[in-house]
Amino acid sequence: MAPHRGSVAVFAMVAVVMSSSIMFLAGADEMNAAAPQQRVAGRVPVPAISRGQGDNCVEDTDFMRRNHMNMLKHQRDETMLRGIRAEQYSLKECVACHAVAGPDGMPVTVTSEKHFCRSCHDYAAVKIDCFQCHASRPEMVADEVE
Amino acid sequence: MEGKTDKAKPAVTRDFDPERRSFLSNMAAAAGVTLAPGVMLYGITQTSPARARALGAAASSDVRWGMLIDLNRCDSGCNECVTACSRENGLQGHDRPATDAQWIRKVEVRDPATGASNSLPVMCQHCAEPPCVDVCPTGASFKRADGIVLVDKHTCIGCRYCMMACPYKARSFVHEALEDQKSHAPRGKGTVESCTMCVHRIDADKQPACVEACSDTGGGAMLFGDLNDPDSEISQRVAKYASQQIRADLGLDPGVRYQNL
Amino acid sequence: MKRIIYSEIEGQSLRFYVLAGILGAFVLAGLAASLYMEHYGHYVTGMSNQIVWGTPHVFAIFLIVAASGALNVASIGTVFGKTLYKPLGRLSGLLALALLVGGLAVLVLDLGRPDRLIVAMTSYNFKSIFAWNIFLYVGFIAVVAVYLWLQMERRMNRYVPAAGMVAFLWRLVLTTGTGSIFGFLVAREAYDSAVMAPLFIAMSFSFGLAVYILVLLAVCRGSGRELGDVVLNRLGRLMGICIAAVLYFTVVQHLTNLYAAEHTGVERFILLDGGIYTALFWVVQIVVGGLLPLILVFWPASGSRNAGRQMALASVLVIMGGFAQLYVILIGGQAYPLSIFPGMDVSSSFYDGVVASYAPSLPEIVLGVGGVALALLIVLFGIKILRFLPATLADSATDPHFVAAAETP
Repeated sequence: MAPHRGSVAVFAMVAVVMSSSIMFLAGADEMNAAAPQQRVAGRVPVPAISRGQGDNCVEDTDFMRRNHMNMLKHQRDETMLRGIRAEQYSLKECVACHAVAGPDGMPVTVTSEKHFCRSCHDYAAVKIDCFQCHASRPEMVADEVE
Repeated sequence: MEGKTDKAKPAVTRDFDPERRSFLSNMAAAAGVTLAPGVMLYGITQTSPARARALGAAASSDVRWGMLIDLNRCDSGCNECVTACSRENGLQGHDRPATDAQWIRKVEVRDPATGASNSLPVMCQHCAEPPCVDVCPTGASFKRADGIVLVDKHTCIGCRYCMMACPYKARSFVHEALEDQKSHAPRGKGTVESCTMCVHRIDADKQPACVEACSDTGGGAMLFGDLNDPDSEISQRVAKYASQQIRADLGLDPGVRYQNL
Repeated sequence: MKRIIYSEIEGQSLRFYVLAGILGAFVLAGLAASLYMEHYGHYVTGMSNQIVWGTPHVFAIFLIVAASGALNVASIGTVFGKTLYKPLGRLSGLLALALLVGGLAVLVLDLGRPDRLIVAMTSYNFKSIFAWNIFLYVGFIAVVAVYLWLQMERRMNRYVPAAGMVAFLWRLVLTTGTGSIFGFLVAREAYDSAVMAPLFIAMSFSFGLAVYILVLLAVCRGSGRELGDVVLNRLGRLMGICIAAVLYFTVVQHLTNLYAAEHTGVERFILLDGGIYTALFWVVQIVVGGLLPLILVFWPASGSRNAGRQMALASVLVIMGGFAQLYVILIGGQAYPLSIFPGMDVSSSFYDGVVASYAPSLPEIVLGVGGVALALLIVLFGIKILRFLPATLADSATDPHFVAAAETP
């Protein structure tokens, strides 16, 4: 005998409510109400990504756009587990180069939507949790910049 | 054309650029030639604790980092090591001593039978057979090739089993969201952490912050070095004078040794 | 052999929906508590760097241990061939599944990084008993699901004995693994003991039966099914034997520890001057959860409904004793300071040498209760959707030695 339709409906409703509330509450931390700044090219908004310092990144833009996630994931294991700290792949250097100045002239942290990583990740709606642990701006000590 | 080969390589392909590769290797060679005499000189001197390691080289099991702490020089009222560690690693106190992280602490030990007492700094002992590594379900708690026991926070799920397993209560759990971490010491809410023996400093040929602070402003009790190198000061001292490991009976072979305990 | 008829419950009454609503509310509250803990960090709970596992873990381990014990009822019918237990097998499987899911939910939701569950399920360190437990728990769900299907699909009933044996062995390994979480810890004096594994097996039998009896009574009374004294007495007395086994292993554990001079400190703490832990041990675990239910289940019941009340009360007492036992093991074991310098007095800024203090906080309790509610909700919907319950458990249907009462002329 098939399950009673009423109970299946109740089940489905509860499941939908629970899962959507989980997803909403879990993402609420980083999805702030402020919308990211966006340029509009034609009718499609594109993210306004700030330029990093210097001439180019450690790899070319196309490569980085497609592969930075794999590169980060691979490099973190190399550094963490094997102790390899190749300078051009250091996350500290990435953060230092891609620092964006805020209104007070200091680099912004990941809580601001102007942060380099957020300017694209907000647009792509891909949550990153790197900065729960890693510093999201270069350390500004009075007498030295790391 | 480079293709995907073994597991160590990232799973991406790109066109092989011979000019770039030869440029990089020439630069590396030039850097090596420039540095080599300095490295040799540095390595010969007795006071050098760390063997120079190029940035791109992996940690190697030829080396075993260890610490030797002379308790005759450790003063009960001195907290330089603790302060230095907090400053170096960005440990923020929240006035909640039960849940605030503490990577190193001063322990006062008193023999109830004789009344004799001692003061000593206790941190992660960087055991050769770490129980915390054995119990971690995801392998986040691991021992690096050169003997430093670390938590890979990318993999840590925050189950705290390693905290249950550590006989030295060396590990802390991050109980709150953190901001403005030190860029060389990433730490975050929901993961477990402990003394890293300032691995970021060691890899840069410096000494751990606690050791440096102790020799600068403290009692000069702490010595850091390579236990596998028979010529290093630490190896010579442990060979010459008796030293103890805490809870040696557990058979964990910690890398931290104490003299005059 | 008589063919046993199974049926769903009607599940249309107001009472059903109200119960579902209440359980659902507790589940949602548990979820909210877990999100609160995860968002603000664990400083909002009572857990600390000294007591790293708290009330959620007490609930979770109780549920997981009871889950493997609840499956015993089915195993006795299948593996040991006891006819009286055969109608009880399907509910036993459902309850085992539900309790395990509830326990796992609490465990996972208390993690520091529950968003990394995928990491936990793909990256393993096989030297860790925790890693093995992940396989054992998830595998248990699969094994019980298959076992249930084989029981419920009558054409597949001939495979039930094999599946029953697999399920029985699996739950033994699973419970051993759960006990070994503690047994393998050399650092903690209260745990480092091989008797942890068999103690947990005995506990699982006892708690699982207590939960099963209560659930059986509730669903039969709630759906108007007849539940005879024969079944109740058999289940109750089996539980009594398991309670005795738990008491035995507890005595062995503490006696052995008392003989070792190095362990007298922790034994003194648990048995004598541990404050709340001593009270929980003697009063709740031993007397309320051990001796009283033993007396209750073996006391002959008089009157037709009294067997139910007696067994229900005994089961409630066993569950209370079980929670107290897990609280003493888990939290008492952590409260006692680590012996970093054996024989010495130690003090520091990191709570060395002092008994750690712990008080359960509201988010922890709500999360734990949410797990219990989840398990019960699964059972509630399960018995409505599929045929887990036998149509009747009256003495005439279940008792192999039933003799009808003499008819009055």
